[in-house]
Parts: sequence; structure tokens; C-alpha cells
Amino acid sequence: MVEQLASSGGAVPRLVLQGISKRYGDVIANREVDLRVAAGEIHAVLGENGAGKSTLMKIIYGVTEPDAGSIQWEGAAVTIRSPAQARRLGIGMVFQHFALFETLTVAENISLALDERVAAAQLAARIRSVSERYGLPIDPQRLVHSMSVGERQRVEIVRCLLQSPRLLIMDEPTSVLTPQAVRELFATLRRLAEEGLSILYISHKLDEIRELCDTATVLRNGRVSGTAIPRQESNASLARLMVGTELKECHLEPHEAGAIQLELIALTLATEDPFGTALRNLNLRVRSGEIVGIAGVSGNGQKELQAAISGETLCEERGMVRLCGQQVGRLNPAQRRRLGFGFVPEERLGRGAVPGMDLADNSVLTGAGAGLVRHGLVQRDAARAFARATIAEFSVVCESEQARADSLSGGNLQKFIVGREIRLAPKVLLVAQPTWGVDVGSSLQIRQALIDLRQAGVAVLVISEELDELFAICDRLAVLAAGRLSVGVPSAQLSGEKIGQWMTGGFEAAACADLEHAAV
Amino acid sequence: MRLFEASGWGLRLERRPRASRIMRIVSSPLAALAMVITGFLVLGALGKDPLTAFKVFFIEPVSSLYGIGELLLKATPLMLCALGIAPGYRANVWNIGAEGQFTAGAITGGGVGLFYGAFLAHWALPAMLIAAVLGGMAWAAIPAFLRTRFRTSEIFVSLMLVYIAQLLLSYLVHGPWRDPAGQNFPQSPPFADNALVPTLFAGARVNLGFVFALLLAGVSWWFGSATAAGYRLRVGGSAPAAAAYAGISERANIWLAMMIGGGAAGLAGICEVAGPIGLLQPVISPGYGYAAIIVAFLGRLHPLGIVLASLLMSALYLGGESAQLELQLPSSVSGLFQGALLFFLLAAELFINFRLRRVRSSRARVPAPTAA
Repeated sequence: MVEQLASSGGAVPRLVLQGISKRYGDVIANREVDLRVAAGEIHAVLGENGAGKSTLMKIIYGVTEPDAGSIQWEGAAVTIRSPAQARRLGIGMVFQHFALFETLTVAENISLALDERVAAAQLAARIRSVSERYGLPIDPQRLVHSMSVGERQRVEIVRCLLQSPRLLIMDEPTSVLTPQAVRELFATLRRLAEEGLSILYISHKLDEIRELCDTATVLRNGRVSGTAIPRQESNASLARLMVGTELKECHLEPHEAGAIQLELIALTLATEDPFGTALRNLNLRVRSGEIVGIAGVSGNGQKELQAAISGETLCEERGMVRLCGQQVGRLNPAQRRRLGFGFVPEERLGRGAVPGMDLADNSVLTGAGAGLVRHGLVQRDAARAFARATIAEFSVVCESEQARADSLSGGNLQKFIVGREIRLAPKVLLVAQPTWGVDVGSSLQIRQALIDLRQAGVAVLVISEELDELFAICDRLAVLAAGRLSVGVPSAQLSGEKIGQWMTGGFEAAACADLEHAAV
Repeated sequence: MRLFEASGWGLRLERRPRASRIMRIVSSPLAALAMVITGFLVLGALGKDPLTAFKVFFIEPVSSLYGIGELLLKATPLMLCALGIAPGYRANVWNIGAEGQFTAGAITGGGVGLFYGAFLAHWALPAMLIAAVLGGMAWAAIPAFLRTRFRTSEIFVSLMLVYIAQLLLSYLVHGPWRDPAGQNFPQSPPFADNALVPTLFAGARVNLGFVFALLLAGVSWWFGSATAAGYRLRVGGSAPAAAAYAGISERANIWLAMMIGGGAAGLAGICEVAGPIGLLQPVISPGYGYAAIIVAFLGRLHPLGIVLASLLMSALYLGGESAQLELQLPSSVSGLFQGALLFFLLAAELFINFRLRRVRSSRARVPAPTAA
């Protein structure tokens, strides 16, 4: 029962969504969303977290069914009931988090994901030909665990291209890439589009969208808040469509840094995780009143470095980590906290907060030393007051201090955790991925809070994948790549280009001697 | 997940956006109800009149003062053991060897009573209680040590130690501790009067242990909700990474949870042997330590819930005995009821986070797609 649409002149659009609505319980994820993608078009779907981008893509890829609305694929009405059916129609999707088996080769991974059976030799040949044709160099026989994140993404793209799709969905593809890898990816995507492939490009990075995409559909609170031609827009005008209000930029006042508060001295740490990254001879100094950023793609030792600084992993020697002048390498997290250490981990639910506990109880998690535990008893009233104050000060959207942590959106929970750590008045604050998955408005607020800490004389160390963010708030930047740390250089003297080079390991690691001149 | 589909409609099991508060409270009563209904369907199928069976099972055993005393008496070890292991279960410390710690407590407490009872005079009972608590703790210390030192599973170790404790008791009452005047029966001499846990009222066997159990319920409520140690156990159980982040020691949590469980089970053990049994013998428990696991979950690991659940479980034991006598049913009938209870409990738990929804089938509505 194919219903042919009367196309009034011009080519039939590849994909048309009309009035798509989807609700999960009480939450409306998509409300009457219309979307139209032409053949060979790179179409951006732009929106903050929770705006309904992922739900919409899941509907197109057949992962979930819409409650209402219609989908037309190349002029014919369809119901897409499964990803397999979507692939048969010619829709491919590259996920943000790759579903690859680390212990298998590229070819084995791809063969597992293909819907049809292909002989191994033939598959390897096809992988080679596709990867050469689109400038995506990968070796089919390589084991995935030895590959960088950018290379893994290539595997995913090649896997999709092998099925010769006519629509490719890319979910936040650049969040894990170096600037150079992003440029290569864009060249590939443009070539694919020229050959007639339509691309749905999901992102919240405005610069990239303006550079790459032909058209953009902007979602806000599940609805389409506008469509635009990104090249004709400014970041500000796109952000306005996305957020609904005007945004102001962060500003870093020149400021004299004080005494060294956090110091890593030849920090070396083996890892028990076979796919973890060992830390090799890391040297770093963070002074009071400065923000130091550590750039680099996750998986290069970020997790291990956080654990070594926070005390979740103990160092071999106590002198490897110094906090406020004391050797703390062998102290546990609670002991380091007592010395004035605060930590916002990248994993919010489950590490930074206990999902099933309310915000008052979650204040006790790190606030025990700040009067929330006395004589071995939890001071519930004090904890509630603390949580209420945090909620008010950081405008956390939640029912009350008695709302469970997992009832908050990612951004609001992050604001709560950042707020909690800041209100505990740390001397040294470590923040990992401060605005990961946080909407634009909240990101700005979190960044401003970090800058305020700097003004107040706190030593702040930020580990992030977002270069723009690091450049916006950091006095100095270093790069962590393959378990080695570069020297810290004033952000003003650095270009994205240089950082990108360093992210692939092209630097001389900082030695103790380099630190002095670097810490100007 | 789609469970069922017919023309035009179907049933779908879907995750609730928020865990249901109502189901959280009613899941246990619901499971108990389903267990009772199933039980009587089974009895009916065996040709017993369900009404009579109900009377024999639940009414007759508690229709006298003595019967009520028995109900509380059997609830006591269940309550003590379950209250002891519940904090651990909240903290991901799975002590399933309460039966062994119960036995260890009976041995150490009983040993003090047998050999020092006369010497200690009226201090005999307190000394026995303390020895029993320490004995249970010592038995629980073995899995705690092995887990914190060598990362062995406390589940297996605590379970295997049950058999060792039972064999140890068996050896003692067959050998060194056997009553010389006991006509070669494998049992110790009876405890002297000063070494017996006093009964609460005349005409029933329920003893001071029941008061201990109620006290422990109160303390455990306070411990779980007000103390920092209780808080650390809860965090350790529900989010181990958050516990590591906060600097909560997993090792301390494991030791604390195991000591609470071992001590409570040891206390239950001495209240049983120096109570209704009155001496040491090879078998001192019909599986209280195991049934306490069901009780703990039936009570949703909450002290008040555990008090109620242990009364229900005790009623099942009594009902089983009474059914055995009056309906000529095999003794395994109380095991069947216990099993059904656990089964329904797990099923009811599912509906705390999931719900069934009637959906119109899209398959009947929308035309099939054309393959491209």
C-alpha cells in the first residue's frame, strides 16, 4: 500500500516527517515535529540536551515508534518498526557512543553488524574499497582496542556506508574528535553529500553547524522552534533559536595567581584495566586564583588522572600528589577533602550523586566535614538547609531538596553537584567535563561559577573535551594524550591547531624543570 | 517489551517514569495474598477443603495463649537474623550464612552456659548472651576477612560456613560435650535454670529473645535513618562509585555489615538453645537463618517490615506443623508456601519499576511498509 505523493515540481524529498509526536509517561519528547530532508543535503538538527533530538532520530531509525505523525521516505508513506527495516530502506546511523567489541578486528566488528552474511575475504575487500573511496583510511585486520576514537568512528561510518545508505544520521559525531579529525570528517561528509547522500547532523556546536550544514531545524522543548540556513546566521541568532533567550559570554579578568595549591610531581600510575591508560611521569602545578585546563580526548588517561588526584586510586608514593603543600598521594578521598579539596566528577549519577537518594542526603555525601555529620549522626535538618541553599544559589530546577537525584535532568544535577562542591569552600577544585550534556544556559552559569572561584583565590583544574570551553575559562592549558601531559601554556599563546597537534601526542612532556617558565 | 497481542490491542510491559510509591508499599502484602491463594488452590487440588485448610493453617495455631506464644517464639530468631542481615543487603554485602552464625552463637553461648554456668551464678545468662553475640561475629568475620583481604565472595563463604558450623555442633554433641547421663543420645546436658533465657509469661514458651528482637528493630531503624555509619552503608550499596568518590571505606562497610549480621544471628542462636530447646543437639533450627533471607526481602529491608514479615513467616511454620498433624500433609508444605512467597515477592517487585499498559496495536492500524 504505497501512497505516492503528488510532488509539485522539483525532486521528491528523501525524508519528510509530519506532525511527529512522542511521549514517555508524562514527558513529551517530541510535539508535532515536521522535518524535511532533500537528497544530497546536510541537514542539522540543533537543540539543547533534552530538546528531543535523540528521540526524533530514534524514531527515524526505527528504535521507537511515534505516538502520532507520519513518515514519508522518498515520497512513500512508511512505518519504520525496527533498525533492521530502517537499514533496508537505506537509513544508516552512526551513534555517539560506539558499539564496537574491543577484542575483535574491524572486519569482525563490521560483519557482526551487517544484516547479510558476507565472506570474510570479500568483506575485507569491500571495507578497503569504501574506506579508500571516501578518505576514511582503516585497516580491516586491526584490533579495535588499539584504535583511537577517531579511527573507531571511521569504522562506524564505513559500516554504515557498506550498506549504501541514502540517509546517514550522525549523532554528535565530533564530541570525541580532535580539531584535525573534525576537518577530515567534514571533508568526507561533504564528498558523500555531493554523491547524493543525505545527512542528518545532530549537534549543539554552532560553529560546526555553520561550517558544514546546508539547512538546520532547531528543536526546543520537543517542538520545532525554527528552521534556518546556518551560513546566514550568527552563533548568537542560532543560540537564540535554541535557548529562547539572549546569552552573554563569560569574561576572564586578568588576575595575579598566588601560591601553588595542587602539584603533580612525576605522577606515574599503572592501570589494572586492560583498556585503561597508564599515566607516565605527569608534572603539573595549579596556583590559587587560576584556572588550568587539561584538554584531550577521553580515554587518554583522563579517568585515571581524576582518580589519582581525588584519591580514589592511591599513588605509589605520597609525594606524587601535593595538596596545599602536603604530600597526599597515599591519602583517601575523605582525607584529601578535609585538606580543602573539592571534586566534580564527569559521571554525575552514580558517582557525583547517589541516584536513589534525595538532594539533602546527597549533600551529606561530601558535606560530612562541613557540619552535616556530627557525633556520628547525620544532621538531617542541616543537610536539608544546605541542599535548599545550593538549589537557590545555583538555580537548580527540582521539586525540592527532597527530590531524588535521578529525578533531575543532567544539567540540573550537574548544577547541584558543582554548587555543592563550591559551597563546601574548597581551596582546590577539580572539575571534569563541567558542561558535558548540560544545556547552553546552565553551561554558562557553571563556567561563570568557576571564574568566580578563581577570583576568590581558589585553584581550579578543569579536565574537558570541549576546547571552546577551555579557551573561554582557562588561564593555562595543557594536553593529556596517551597518558602523558604536555607543559601548561597560557591559553592566549595557544591556537586550536597547536592543541590538536598535541592531542595526538606530538609534544614534549612537561618535566619538572619546564614548569617554572610555563607557569608564568 | 510487548507481552501479548491480539487483533487491535495488546499488553505492553513498560518502565514507569518514576518508581511507584504505592507498589513499593503494597508489593509485599500483595505477594503474601497471592501466596495464600496459590497455597489453597494447591490444597484444594489435593482434595482438602480450602476453608478447613485455612482454619487449620492460620487460625488454629494461634487460637490459644500458648499458640500466640509459639507464634512470637518462632518469629524471634527470624526477626533477629533478618534484622541482622538487612543492613548488609542494603550495602551490597550478601551474608546468606545467618544459619551458620546462629549455630556458632549457640555453640559459644551454650558452651559458656554448660561449663561456666554454675560458677557465674546469676551472671551466667548475660555472659552466655555476650559469648553468643561474639561467636556469631567471629563466624561472620571469616567471610568478612576473606572478602576484604582476598576479594572472595562472601555469599559462598558465608554459605559454606553454615555446614561447617553445623558439623562442628554435631561433633561436639556426639563427642566431647555429650551428656554422660543422656543414654548416649547426641545431646549436651540440659542448661541449668540460671543459664536459661526467661520466658515472658506463664503458659507460653516465648522468651526474652522476643524483647531483644523488638529492641533490635528499634535500634536498627535509628541506625539506618540517623547515623552516619548507616548512611555510609546505604551509599555503599546503592552507588559504589559514589561511595568511592566520597571516600567511604568499602572495607569498613563490609566489616560493619557482617558484624551486625553475625552478632544478631548469634543472639538468635542462644535464645533458641537456651530457650525452647534447653540443651545443645545436632539440629537446632528448621532453617531460620535461610528463611530470614526471605523475611528480610519480604520486609523490604525495613525494620518495621521485617517485624511484620517474620510474624507471617512464623505463622507459616506453625501452619505447616498443624497441617501436618491434622491434614496429613507432608512437612514440605511450609517449604512450598515459603517458596511461593519468595516467587510472588520477586514478581511483585517488578511492578515497582514497571507497569502493564493496554495498547492499541499499531500493526492492525497502519499498512505494512513496502520494502525499498
